Amino acid sequence: MAADNQEVAEIVKREYEHGFYTEVDADTVPPGLNEDVIRLISKKKNEPQFMLDWRLKAYRHWLTMRPPNWAKLQIAPIDYQAISYYSAPRSKADGPKSLDEVDPKLLETYEKLGIPLHERAALAGVAVDAVFDSVSVATTFKDKLAKEGIIFCAFSEAVQDHPALIEQYLGSVVPYGDNYFAALNSAVFTDGSFVFIPKGVRCPMELSTYFRINAANTGQFERTLIIAEDQAYVSYLEGCTAPMRDENQLHAAVVELVALEGAEIKYSTVQNWYPGDEEGRGGIYNFVTKRGECRGNDSKISWTQVETGSAITWKYPSCILRGDNSVGAFYSVALSNLCQQADTGTKMIHLGKNTRSTIVSKGISAGRGQNAYRGLVQIGRGADDARNYTQCDSLLMGDRCGAHTFPYMEVKNPTAKVEHEASTSKISEDQLFYCRSRGLSDEDAVSMIVNGFCKQVFRELPMEFAVEAQKLLSVSLEGAVG
Amino acid sequence: MSAVTPLADHYAGVFADLRKALPGRQLPWLEAIRERGMAAFTELGFPTTRNEQWKYTNVRQLTKHTFAPAHGAVRSTLSSGLDQSWLPDLKTHRLAFIDGQYAPELSAPQGLPDGVKLSPLSLALQQSPELLEEHLAHYAHGGANGFAALNEAFMQEGAVLQLADGAVLETPVHLVFVATEHAQPVWQTLRNLIVAGANSQAAVIETYVSAGKSVYLTNTVSETVLGQGARLHHYKLQEEGLEAFHVATHQVHQGRDSDFESHSLSAGARLARNDLNVGLAAEGANCRLYGLYIGGGRQHVDNHTRIDHREPHGTSRELYKGVLGGRARAVFNGQVYVHPHAQRSDAEQSNNNLLLSGDAEVDTKPQLEIYADDVKCSHGATVGQLDENMLYYLRTRGIDEAHARALLTYGFAHDVVERIPLAPIRENVERLLMAQLPHADALDDELVGELT
Repeated sequence: MAADNQEVAEIVKREYEHGFYTEVDADTVPPGLNEDVIRLISKKKNEPQFMLDWRLKAYRHWLTMRPPNWAKLQIAPIDYQAISYYSAPRSKADGPKSLDEVDPKLLETYEKLGIPLHERAALAGVAVDAVFDSVSVATTFKDKLAKEGIIFCAFSEAVQDHPALIEQYLGSVVPYGDNYFAALNSAVFTDGSFVFIPKGVRCPMELSTYFRINAANTGQFERTLIIAEDQAYVSYLEGCTAPMRDENQLHAAVVELVALEGAEIKYSTVQNWYPGDEEGRGGIYNFVTKRGECRGNDSKISWTQVETGSAITWKYPSCILRGDNSVGAFYSVALSNLCQQADTGTKMIHLGKNTRSTIVSKGISAGRGQNAYRGLVQIGRGADDARNYTQCDSLLMGDRCGAHTFPYMEVKNPTAKVEHEASTSKISEDQLFYCRSRGLSDEDAVSMIVNGFCKQVFRELPMEFAVEAQKLLSVSLEGAVG
Repeated sequence: MSAVTPLADHYAGVFADLRKALPGRQLPWLEAIRERGMAAFTELGFPTTRNEQWKYTNVRQLTKHTFAPAHGAVRSTLSSGLDQSWLPDLKTHRLAFIDGQYAPELSAPQGLPDGVKLSPLSLALQQSPELLEEHLAHYAHGGANGFAALNEAFMQEGAVLQLADGAVLETPVHLVFVATEHAQPVWQTLRNLIVAGANSQAAVIETYVSAGKSVYLTNTVSETVLGQGARLHHYKLQEEGLEAFHVATHQVHQGRDSDFESHSLSAGARLARNDLNVGLAAEGANCRLYGLYIGGGRQHVDNHTRIDHREPHGTSRELYKGVLGGRARAVFNGQVYVHPHAQRSDAEQSNNNLLLSGDAEVDTKPQLEIYADDVKCSHGATVGQLDENMLYYLRTRGIDEAHARALLTYGFAHDVVERIPLAPIRENVERLLMAQLPHADALDDELVGELT
């Protein structure tokens, strides 16, 4: 603990550590959005016709939509014509066959981030599909996974190699017209990850992707699709950092999960994009649509997220519990410091019998941050004996921040049992006094109490992530103490 | 909004015809309020489910009718079935209103102590226009929705209670609003004002009943202002007929160290919507809000509450419970808003719902918005059916299933009922509860007696 805290104190004094920028010659399309751009993206990716049709349908639908304004967020208008929708590292053309062939500049970037790809992958037994800008450049452990019949590759590769699976599952959980940002993503997404776990296979390692936004003015539009067939299991990790930048960057990703009978998908996120400076300048707009469907009986999907970055977070990882006895879970820590705004939560749609869901949300507001939990628990008429438990707690640090909860509960079946609890408080003087009387400094005491507050969620994270998440939290709370 | 234009035109026409007949036409400030209200309605129309505040309450059933203002009521039709609603066992100062008009022959406001004035709105507008100018429509926001706007434009009658500093009213004030049978859909637009001076005390009961079975709309707005250290107990008993629409707003503005306790019972009406908004506008103000809603058949009951902690050291407690059977649908939305600087605010809110049938539905949304850091706020909400374990326990003790179900349901609601300090009101609420309970006939006094 003591060593940790010393480190924290040092980190606190620094500028955003990951704020640097590697100049890579990017193959970038000029800013602007129209059907030609979409055709160009599709052509550059050498996509089959059905993909182009789908993209155009999404684009035409998007034109009829308006950005959502119901969230408790203040969003500066976004000029969608000022964004460049395609940017790929040049070296992709040569097609790196292994890590050695990857552009050394890219590797350098990862070194700076503190994630030496090969070492980390080897030590932690993690396969990394690294996304640099919008195109995947390095995939490891592919062979090992292939032996099990697992497909883990860049989305664009999956479109080439497994078009039938893509056609079957793409948009089946998040349709292209689902919401404004999902529609935009569907039209212009350039890459992402694709995971397919065949029947009865338990994925032998944690799958992981590190996203990183790089070239200036390039919004990232990832698309992730994970399919777990009957009795399959997979744990997927997603983590993000981004370089410092003045202009707002839009990030509108879509993640779709499909769990068939008896399957389990565990999706963990640590998000640490650039939050903007103390005056609220810059920072990432994180408008993400994440949804999983428990399509088969006895399936399970759990979302765990630690959200410490981004200027604005608009994100509601959800579960559609269609199969009988299916289980959904959502564990979240969301921190908003500086001028960050977070409007996040989940939706649990109970359709099958005996479905269960758990929601644990921990919000921390500091500085001038605004943090809102927005959740929906819906029990359909046929969802006999459905069960939900929701707990959302907020911790306030400082008198200029805000914490809000907007839980919606819609119950159409009398056998359902739905419970919601929420509390808001600050760190009490008693707790601080106790810690100080035991010789802890204010800063250490607060760090310890905050970590305790979030423990319920951290416990759900895979080991490596839990450590990273705790560190992130301490760093992100810089200056909020006292 | 364009869909409501014909309706808006219709009511604008009614307004033009009627405004000369509405009370207070000699007062320019009141005319201005009425015009403001009409303008707001023209702009807003009736709310739709696209409006977040009306997301779960569709007023299409209501807007299918065009309501005419009720007048020329036939007073002899008051049926004897309303006896209990008049709270015969409780000594009160009573004002009665029939179809939105004051009914002196049914009222008995006599015996008020010094410093207490109670009169119908129309009379108060003549006798103490300064008081009304200072307070009327200053707290409730006519632009909140189309109903509030219409109320501003058409406010017709109601009660005005004024308590001087230090005045203590021992006997409760009972306001009874009766709607009678009409051939056409009618509305009554009611407006009450309670102004309680420093350290004054009173209890006010609002009862809404039907003496007929026809379709009508009750649109009522009450405003309450509590001075420093004032204490008010407020009861609202809504037991209108099953063809009635009931839309109500109660806006409470609390001064320093004042204390407000509200008991709301919603048992009647096809569609009932209650907005209870409490502003803790000075340091140390307290409020306690209790509510019970009971629905069966095709009833729709919607309770919206909002508590604004505007200044430090405010305390609020809220408990709303609902019992829903048949195809009833209940909506609860409880908002607690802690403003910046309202440090040391302490808020607790709880909403529990019991579903008795497969077709009943509950949509609940407790909400916290907090902009101060040194606060203690919590809320909880539950939806469920009777606990099988409890049923089993009772049955092992020799109580048959019908009895056990009735008893547990009664016990669920009793938590709210027992908080009513005035026994005759408590009994009246119990009577209304029993009328809605399935198997209530299985409950004998002895069992209930043991429970209470």
